Amino acid sequence: MAKSTSSDAQMLIRSLRTAYAATPTNLKIIDLYVVYAIVTAVIQVVYMGVVGSFPFNSFLSGVLSCVGTAVLAVCLRIQVNKENKEFKDLPPERAYADFILCNLVLHLVIMNFLG
Amino acid sequence: MAATAETKGPSTLRNAFGGVLGVFILLLIGVLAFSIRLFSVIKYESVIHEFDPYFNYRVTQYLTKNGIYDFWNWFDDRTWYPLGRVIGGTVYPGLTLTAGSMWWLLNSLNIPLSVETVCVFTAPIFSANAAWATFLLTKEVKGTGAGLTAAVLLAMVPSYISRSVAGSYDNEAVAIFALVFTFYLYIKTLNTGSLFYATLNALSYFYMVCSWGGYTFIINLIPMHVLLCILTGRYSSRLYIAYAPLVVLGTLLASLVPVVGFNAVMTSEHFASFLVFIIIHVVAFIYYIKGILSPKMFKVAMTLVVTIGLAVSCAVIAIFIALVASSPTKGWSGRSLSLLDPTYASKYIPIIASVSEHQPPTWPSYFMDINVLAFLVPAGIIACFLPLSDASSFVVLYLVTSVYFSGVMVRLMLVLAPAACIMSGIALSEAFDVFTRSIKLQLPNILDNPPDAGDMNSVSSIAQNDASKIDSHATTKSETVSKERPSRKNRKKEKEKEKENVEKVPSHSENKKRLLVLPLEASAVAILLLIVLGGFYVVHCVWAAAEAYSAPSIVLTSYAHDGLHVFDDFREAYAWLRHNTDVDDKVASWWDYGYQTTAMANRTVIVDNNTWNNTHIATVGTAMSSPEKAAWEIFNSLDVKYVLVVFGGLVGYPSDDINKFLWMVRIGGGVFPHIREPDYLRDGQYRIDAQATPTMLNCLMYKLSYYRFVETDGKAFDRVRRTEIGKKYFKLTHFEEVFTTHHWMVRIYKLKPPKNRIRGKLKKPKSSSKSSSSNHKRAGNTQKNPWQ
Repeated sequence: MAKSTSSDAQMLIRSLRTAYAATPTNLKIIDLYVVYAIVTAVIQVVYMGVVGSFPFNSFLSGVLSCVGTAVLAVCLRIQVNKENKEFKDLPPERAYADFILCNLVLHLVIMNFLG
Repeated sequence: MAATAETKGPSTLRNAFGGVLGVFILLLIGVLAFSIRLFSVIKYESVIHEFDPYFNYRVTQYLTKNGIYDFWNWFDDRTWYPLGRVIGGTVYPGLTLTAGSMWWLLNSLNIPLSVETVCVFTAPIFSANAAWATFLLTKEVKGTGAGLTAAVLLAMVPSYISRSVAGSYDNEAVAIFALVFTFYLYIKTLNTGSLFYATLNALSYFYMVCSWGGYTFIINLIPMHVLLCILTGRYSSRLYIAYAPLVVLGTLLASLVPVVGFNAVMTSEHFASFLVFIIIHVVAFIYYIKGILSPKMFKVAMTLVVTIGLAVSCAVIAIFIALVASSPTKGWSGRSLSLLDPTYASKYIPIIASVSEHQPPTWPSYFMDINVLAFLVPAGIIACFLPLSDASSFVVLYLVTSVYFSGVMVRLMLVLAPAACIMSGIALSEAFDVFTRSIKLQLPNILDNPPDAGDMNSVSSIAQNDASKIDSHATTKSETVSKERPSRKNRKKEKEKEKENVEKVPSHSENKKRLLVLPLEASAVAILLLIVLGGFYVVHCVWAAAEAYSAPSIVLTSYAHDGLHVFDDFREAYAWLRHNTDVDDKVASWWDYGYQTTAMANRTVIVDNNTWNNTHIATVGTAMSSPEKAAWEIFNSLDVKYVLVVFGGLVGYPSDDINKFLWMVRIGGGVFPHIREPDYLRDGQYRIDAQATPTMLNCLMYKLSYYRFVETDGKAFDRVRRTEIGKKYFKLTHFEEVFTTHHWMVRIYKLKPPKNRIRGKLKKPKSSSKSSSSNHKRAGNTQKNPWQ
């Protein structure tokens, strides 16, 4: 049972890897950006665990800015992905412009809240 | 649908004409919404109503005079003496900032309107905006016709009028507009999947958080809807785009508002949004993996993940629940708990239970407040299910939750009003659609020969489905003719008939959409009856606006046999205070009148309508319930100079302080145990006649209300309680009367200064510095200030 699950797991990981290798490069770049943002958020949470949460608004704005850019990047990826049937008549430039606008608003709020 | 060249011309012209007509109707709806709220300005004057608007007015005055930086940092020391109140951090700034910026804009354009005028007319302007927002929202759900109907229903619905007449300068005036507009942007994002609308949605949510404490309704309803969509299998990437940026941006923006601050991440009211945020990410990830893997591998992945993930998530949830449950209220605020459990406030928080707006509504108030819509709403729910889309499921969920909350607190009928209008608009629009279509399709059949019913202008599917149309017409006519007769007798039954007919739309062999056709006469009669129904609604709304909801409650009128009597006693009393007392004198009254006293009389008060400090209110309540000497001690310790009571016994004004006395006893007794409610009750009732208890007859409230009352008619008959009072002749020892208004409605007393010398037998002094025996009485005397 354990052997079959571990071999299953290996097969699963291999198929995941081959399927992911097939995605276009621009989507992979967006994915990398998302991973970077999440890692930054995790680092901030660990730091808060070490030194305490005193300027709580700074901690909140830092973590939420990372999470926010990750979410917005995921939204961009959804809209730019050519396999996505719902967005096939949305030009990628429009998606990118929306992404920039939303990021602007997000970072304006972050800078206001940073304290 | 083959749009040929020759039908394109007339149809675009018709579309253009329809568009212009739609804009014109919207303008008229805006004018209607504005003008129906002006009755109080016409009948009385352009004055701010009630109690809470006076506080908002005072804050707006401060904002326009001192600018925004002083407003954010304002510490108000003229209320809750000696505690003060941090206005910048405890007020929802949306309303005052909106009115302040409107005033500033008008003044910079050299239109010199006063702040009071802008404040009085803010509510009608924003109700016009709310009607337009309802149009946009319903258009996203069902189409333009439904949108226009819903907008006109909202412009007139009495429940919304009651909180947004000209002069009712309260948070709900702008908050309902923000609520509907936020919902519209959410639905628009859900329908289009555009990140631009998601940004606008977050900004509109920010405006809602600034305006009203009811924003928690939005941040709980939208996650509920997302969860509903996921569970019914309607997950799509548009749902992710609609929800995820809103949570992140919305939480950040909500934390920006000082009154919410860190509550945006720490109170249980927001936890639902975070939970669904996590859930939607998990679901999105699952769909992504399903998309890139083959089905066999996906099954393997699922089994692996389920076993591992289940264990981990159970552990995390258990820790989380333990954390939240460790706080006594489980992280919810008192008001939210009283919404979930309606009996909570009456058991634990008498302050919240005592506010009249927080009582549950009675059944008639539903018909008073939303009238005809009350039975159009179920028809609208049915219409939303055919077909069910994301937007219509959202509106149904909104309606169901707001019906529940409106049943808990009468004040929340206001949140039900837009939902009811949307549903009724959808129902009416669908009904009109069916009836007019029936008439249009059958009119040529009557005018021309039956077989060639060639109607060029109608929907092109008719030209193609002619034969089947006659077929369906014949079949539906035969099936409905039996139901036709009863439907003419009972107007309400026609709704059920329409519902049954709608359910009978069969899936025919043609894959063209089959249009439903009803008999001609029935359709004509039904349209007529619907118009009559609309007429009843309009008449009721105008009546409610003119008679029921336009009273400013600071000025009262009554119609006696010799004409109109105006009772302007409140403003008379506040003006007396303003002109005859020192600027730094403190006035004590029950908390209802605090806002008005600070705004109009410009004097420092002890407690006001914000009711944030229960102990302070209990102190005032205890003083009002105690005998004169004890009350004097309490008021003296608070530096009070004047005491204000409202008394309605001479004119029959029922909302006076004696009727509110039970709350003074309950709230005071909740904090100071020596006030016991049974001491004031005779047979379980508060009485002021000869059968009243001695504690009642000696308490300060009784004495201040009925001092010299016997001089008015010789018998001291109280017109509100409808009895003669118990103790008629008495003197006040520690207070002196300084002012009573024209109709005895407001009475102002001054605290007498302590006596210089105490003659005769010295009672044991109560001040804390002495515990002397009778030998040291004279020595105790000389410790007092000899010049006092």
